[in-house]
Amino acid sequence: MSSAQTGPLPVVDHLVIPEDGAPYLEASKCRACGAVYLGRRDVCSRCAERDQMETMRLADTGTLYSYAIVHRSFPGVDVPFVSAIVDLDGGGTIKGNLMDIEPNPDHIEFGMPVKVVFRDALGRKDKDGNSYLSYFFVPGGDEP
Amino acid sequence: MSSDDVYVIGVDMIKFGRFPHRSVPDLGAEAALMALDDAGLGIKDMQALYCGNLYQANAMVGQRILQQIGQTGIAVVNCANACATGATAFREAWMSIKAGVYDLVLAVGVEQMGKGLLGGGGSRTGIPREGLLGGSTMPTVFAEAGMEHARNHGTSFEQFARVAVKNHHHSTFNPKAAYQVETPLEEVMNAEMISYPNTKLMCSVNVDGSAAAVLCSERKAKELGLMKRAVKVRASVLTSDPWQERDLVMPDVNSCTRLAASQAYEQAAIGPEDLDLVELHDCFATAEILHYENLGLCGEGEAGRLLDEGHTKLGGRIPVNVSGGLLSKGHPLGATGIANIYEVTTHLRGDAGKRQVAGARLGMTHVIGLGSACGIHILEGPG
Repeated sequence: MSSAQTGPLPVVDHLVIPEDGAPYLEASKCRACGAVYLGRRDVCSRCAERDQMETMRLADTGTLYSYAIVHRSFPGVDVPFVSAIVDLDGGGTIKGNLMDIEPNPDHIEFGMPVKVVFRDALGRKDKDGNSYLSYFFVPGGDEP
Repeated sequence: MSSDDVYVIGVDMIKFGRFPHRSVPDLGAEAALMALDDAGLGIKDMQALYCGNLYQANAMVGQRILQQIGQTGIAVVNCANACATGATAFREAWMSIKAGVYDLVLAVGVEQMGKGLLGGGGSRTGIPREGLLGGSTMPTVFAEAGMEHARNHGTSFEQFARVAVKNHHHSTFNPKAAYQVETPLEEVMNAEMISYPNTKLMCSVNVDGSAAAVLCSERKAKELGLMKRAVKVRASVLTSDPWQERDLVMPDVNSCTRLAASQAYEQAAIGPEDLDLVELHDCFATAEILHYENLGLCGEGEAGRLLDEGHTKLGGRIPVNVSGGLLSKGHPLGATGIANIYEVTTHLRGDAGKRQVAGARLGMTHVIGLGSACGIHILEGPG
């Protein structure tokens, strides 16, 4: 077994953990048509232009577009949880768990403001013992 | 391209269910022979086989079917296209005749399913992402698609549930459906919640099954004297998902369906108001609501009302999924797109028994393969 790294690894390639500073999500934006993609890429699948991508930093605020409340999942996955699709302010849509909210449709509103927060990946570690940093949503923009 | 039309001259499906002790080629062979019998022809009459199967896509299922029913040396093409697999095999068969290459072609769709949730998939990092970056099971993906409709049009949990009540009711008239059980509204709504708003009774059932069709050129059908029961393929369309801004986190089943529907109506030179029945891809109850609008069966935002007012029930203005749909008949992925051809053809021939849509002349089949593919066929009855 190799030794664990000093800091957590990013859960997805487009989660950037700078040496100094707060983690953030990264996207590519097409200069030709404005389409936004998570992570880095070279060709735009909306307008098919090549080499027009510029890297952009995604906002850590947005609004809830749609969701599901997951009551049955694969073995070992804690349920219920809210699977949320969030339109970020300034462009880009991401999917993740909406935390710190009752998993009940009466408590969840379309269009409600959410904040993107970066937390440990629910204690999940890989086979080498590495921990991971993930992103989550919390309501209202106030992290407790 | 041949200006002659292509006809379905033989079609059948096995009763869907669980057959863990049978093989995929065995199930496919059974439906193939049934369809050939329906046409009054044999495997020696077929010039090509298009075989749809998803989970054994690398295992030459079509050839293994011929190894059971007749190794005549014909061209075999094995197709995989997610839940649009069967429709894709049917369409490839149609294209080969339309291209003038063959006159008589067999299309088979077959699948053996495991139990449990579909979806999820692997991750490149060393930890599972399900329940960490939201949910990616099929019930969750289609719950999110349904909630988008709820957001835009106020569709309620109860309305989504009524889709399941309707389709489970329809299945009680279909001896080939995997399940034939009435499910009152309270039972659907109180069933185990899988992914809100989809309860267990609002999820399609993972069962095994197979279906097959014999396609024929107009010239050959006339020569064989088979036009009396022949069902004309008025439109055959396959689309992929056009770019949408939320594509990367929200698989889009709407745009590809809208694109396919408009092409199909144009090809058939008809409008949605001309259809007598529709078999659409109700993989989850939420999906059926979306597709009422995607297929133009009602205006934007009117899907909930279309359902509430009973227009999509057997006996209604435009009956949808009178077979019981994927929810109740079952959804063996590769077989589904040909099983719905069987259903519509059976109605157009007037052979659908207790669930017959009276006077049906034009019907549509629709499937979605998530990722995404949409296959639509419009069929016209004889006479």
